[in-house]
Amino acid sequence: MSALIETKGLTRVLPAAVPVTLVEGITLAIGAGEFVAITGPSGSGKSSLLYLLGLLDKPTGGSLAIEGRDIEGLSERERAGIRLATLGFVFQFHFLLPEFTVRENVEIPMRRLGHLGAAAMRERSTELLSALGLADHLDKRPDQLSGGQRQRVAVARSLANDPPLILADEPTGSLDSKNSDQVFAILDALVRERGKTVIAVTHDTEMAAKASRRIHLVDGRLAES
Amino acid sequence: MRLILALALTHIRGRGRQTLVAIIGVALGVGFSIAMAALMQGGEDDFVARLVDTMPHVDITDEYRNARRQPAQDAFTAAQIAGLRPKDDRRGILNPTEAVAMLRAWVPGRLALSLKTQGVVRYSGRDVGIAIIGIEPQAEMKVSSLAKDFRQGSFTSLIAGGNNIVVGDRLAQRLGAELGTTVTVVSSTGQSRAFKIVGLFHTGTTARDEGEGYVLLKNAQILSERPNAINEIRLKLDDPNAAPQVARRAEAQLGYKAMAWQEANESLLQALVIRNVIMYTVVGAILLVAGFGIFNIISTITHEKARDIAILKSLGFTETDMRRLFLLEGVALGAGGSLVGWAVGFSLCFALSLVRFELSGAAVTQEITHLPLAWSIWHYLIAAGFALVSAGVAGYLPARQAARLNPVDIIRGAT
Ligand SMILES: Nc1ncnc2c1ncn2[C@@H]1O[C@H](COP(=O)(O)OP(=O)(O)O)[C@@H](O)[C@H]1O
Ligand SMILES: [Mg+2]
Repeated sequence: MSALIETKGLTRVLPAAVPVTLVEGITLAIGAGEFVAITGPSGSGKSSLLYLLGLLDKPTGGSLAIEGRDIEGLSERERAGIRLATLGFVFQFHFLLPEFTVRENVEIPMRRLGHLGAAAMRERSTELLSALGLADHLDKRPDQLSGGQRQRVAVARSLANDPPLILADEPTGSLDSKNSDQVFAILDALVRERGKTVIAVTHDTEMAAKASRRIHLVDGRLAES
Repeated sequence: MRLILALALTHIRGRGRQTLVAIIGVALGVGFSIAMAALMQGGEDDFVARLVDTMPHVDITDEYRNARRQPAQDAFTAAQIAGLRPKDDRRGILNPTEAVAMLRAWVPGRLALSLKTQGVVRYSGRDVGIAIIGIEPQAEMKVSSLAKDFRQGSFTSLIAGGNNIVVGDRLAQRLGAELGTTVTVVSSTGQSRAFKIVGLFHTGTTARDEGEGYVLLKNAQILSERPNAINEIRLKLDDPNAAPQVARRAEAQLGYKAMAWQEANESLLQALVIRNVIMYTVVGAILLVAGFGIFNIISTITHEKARDIAILKSLGFTETDMRRLFLLEGVALGAGGSLVGWAVGFSLCFALSLVRFELSGAAVTQEITHLPLAWSIWHYLIAAGFALVSAGVAGYLPARQAARLNPVDIIRGAT
């Protein structure tokens, strides 16, 4: 099986007088349709790993391939292209653009990609947001929504260009348990019903238990869970 | 691109007051530049118009620009002749009738012949040295600006014939003479004749009002003992700007020195160029200051919107997109400021055009005058162009920094 995302000895060291190793020697292969939970104590390098997998940061060692394509040597533009079409991010904080409406926030990645016409984008954003229970909030601004609602908008935005891979960094970390369960259920449904791959960093042991696979990090290295 | 524009406008709108200040800054810069350019250009046009109006456009005199080639130079290539001076032909322009006919054939304009000689006017024991200019009144009126500067009498008073003279009012004053007074004119050759003053003019230029006397050409020829001679042909062209070409052709045709008004006033015209350089420097400085306002606001936005930059980059926007975004914000402010600036400039020009003031003093030919203003679309375009370029530069510097921003730093900082 060709992996959706594959790493060999992936390492990220921050150059400094005393170099800081964020992650080291990560070797993994994650295939389509997996729900991977990354767990580990605070400061163990979970976010750092996710930023590397999401092409937001560059490794200092090892290799990374997405959809069989080696990332090393790609231009900034090509990396941005992969982020736009192949990856979807959900962060702990929603990171929506405050001046734009919910619908506009979801449509921004679509407009950047430019594959859909205005009417089709509108239809798609409505569909995505309705599926996440936000049909009544399309034209509100992020600050008019609750934390759970915002995080669902962020999930909708990550799905805007229908990417095969969703990366989530503690997506439920700032939510109460009811909202956490809801967001988790949404991610789970994406994997089961739409065949997406989700890699989620989580502290929530319950959520981790439901994942199809668990990766445990300690001090920037893979450890037995 | 429309998406980037939408993002840019959102950022700008989010900073209402600062945006307003930046736009006002650019607008004032553009507006004042336009008003200043209109005034400077107007002043220049007015000045040149007066110059062109009062001077002959081309002045052909009986001088030569260069010493004549000596036969020896033609015969021997080794011949070296030094110390030759161009000839000043005392006989004046030779064959004036033929020369005039030749010029009339092609010169687009009017021409007048004259004989200028030095002399002294004498009245009630006072002597004043003047230039005695012999003219043909009808032709002169079509060429000289003097025709409209008469206080009393006119050139036509000369037509009737007889020993009549037209002088400046200051000369009459110095002599204690007035219209109708008979004065004695003594030429440099010693000829002396009585002339009756039949006209007084006032140009405002003391050298002329005090130092020129116009008589019939025939009388000047008698006074200087040069029958049928003339020593100056003055041309007034339909298009004053064609003067250098006309002068060159006339000089080639006649051999005599023909000077265009531009050549005669070279240093004055150069001073105008310097004036323009100063003006554009000041305009540039004003817009540079406006540019700092833009730089300030874009810098603030890039700092404040660091999170937006991180979000957009994580969503798949490129560094180029980010650079364009903030560059566009700068240019948008510059464009907004330019538009408002056009309105400001137009209003300022309009207000200035209403300013009227009285010119007191001797030169009361035009009693009420207004500021000379020139209207040109170029003033508007150049000012806006300057503003846009300075806005572009002001936006580009912070834009470049914003584009380089590493999203991980910001996402970590927020988490
Ligand atoms: N810019 C940095 N300078 C120094 N240390 C850093 C920097 N960024 C991250 N770290 C450290 O790297 C380690 C891994 O961080 P992170 O990946 O955020 O861990 P996690 O997400 O598992 O909590 C932490 O100990 C953190 O303090
Ligand atoms: Mg983390």
